Amino acid sequence: MARLRIIPRLDIKGPNLIKGIRLEGLRVVGDPHEFALRYYEQGADELVFMDIVASLYQRNNLTDIIARAANRVFIPITVGGGIRSIEDVNTLLRSGADKVAINTAAIARPGLITEVSKRYGAQCMVLSVEAKACGSGQWEAYTDNGREHTGLDVVDWIQKAVELGAGEVLLTAVDKEGTRKGLDLALLQAVTARVDVPVIVSGGFGPVGDLAGAADSGASGVAIADALHWQRTTVSALKQEAQAMGLEVRL
Amino acid sequence: MSTRDVTVIDYGIGNLLNVVRALQHNGASVTVVDRAGQVNHLPERLVLPGVGAFADGMSELRERGFDDLVRRFADTGRPFLGICVGAQMLFDVGEEFGEHAGLGLIAGRVRPVAAQGVTGKRHCIPHIGWSRLERPPACETWGNSILARMPAGEPVYFVHSFAPEPAREADRLADTYYDGVRICAAVRRDQIYGCQFHPERSAEFGLGVLSAFLEL
Repeated sequence: MARLRIIPRLDIKGPNLIKGIRLEGLRVVGDPHEFALRYYEQGADELVFMDIVASLYQRNNLTDIIARAANRVFIPITVGGGIRSIEDVNTLLRSGADKVAINTAAIARPGLITEVSKRYGAQCMVLSVEAKACGSGQWEAYTDNGREHTGLDVVDWIQKAVELGAGEVLLTAVDKEGTRKGLDLALLQAVTARVDVPVIVSGGFGPVGDLAGAADSGASGVAIADALHWQRTTVSALKQEAQAMGLEVRL
Repeated sequence: MSTRDVTVIDYGIGNLLNVVRALQHNGASVTVVDRAGQVNHLPERLVLPGVGAFADGMSELRERGFDDLVRRFADTGRPFLGICVGAQMLFDVGEEFGEHAGLGLIAGRVRPVAAQGVTGKRHCIPHIGWSRLERPPACETWGNSILARMPAGEPVYFVHSFAPEPAREADRLADTYYDGVRICAAVRRDQIYGCQFHPERSAEFGLGVLSAFLEL
């Protein structure tokens, strides 16, 4: 296993870093730039920025925020939200993103996955998945922050997307998101059992033991929002605790 | 910090701006060129970034006249740095999507990262994440190299499915291990350097690699 990556996730609405519960009931947290710098200084392994209203307006508004962060933050940056075309990808990469996370447009037109992967490499094409439980051991893929259902089985969809060229998966358990009640490890295991690309698990991080659970379930990274944004912990404290649990992390 | 001149090659693939930003952060004065014809005299330092596929990279380099420029530059003995695919293209042959000739400046081939660790257990491909740099047995010191400021055992950021396999042990500057599998992380031949990892995305120690490059 590579070292477990601790990845602060910054959901953005307009100029603000926001946080909700189950992707709803959004509260403003603060200035995304300040938080990005803070997490970089705390030793974050990567950052994820998601424009959470982008699908609604059909465009990603993060270019300025990304460009500003990229001048100061020298770790990988993934950007998602409202990406529909190679041109959108190019714009975000030009502004400082290293990878793009695509959900809605990939479901609407799976060929986009292959286009991005061929042009920029599979490592650039992160499949973003919003999963909701629909019965025991089954999850359905959603779009638009868990509002629109697609009828797609999450694990089947991810396998197909990987075959099309997705090089990484950002797997968000919508039911858990913002609840602090723990990651959906059953979902994670179902996905990592099926595909060999790295999976970043997102949604519900609360108890620090989740880090061990995630690593044991095959996660390559853990995306954390709530616990960091409300300053209940820091990236460095989490890494210290992870190391104390016997996990390999970058300190 | 004194200002150092660096020319960065833009061959139209992937994101080189973060390499430019990281060099500028280290006080470099950066010129970006997207055609070899734009280069009137050989620069003081040359950087070849890269993401994407080996064959696409090579064909873009050739189309823009950069293959010849890089070879002429290498003859000057001035510092050259290739990053990721930019490092891979220094080698003789790449095996991504068929066999493709590289620049041939360092002997060896670019091959897929093994799909399993030494125990036989499958692991994630691409190899993405932070992994430690180790000094290979044949490399006596990192002094006076791009790794002059790198403490041994410090993790740096990798994202790749292929890696170079130098024919000569002496060309290996750093290795990393992925579930026990040895991966060439950096190469050196004279003043020609290649990093399979991304110094521009490897936080403070990565910036230190670029800073050491600027001081060669």
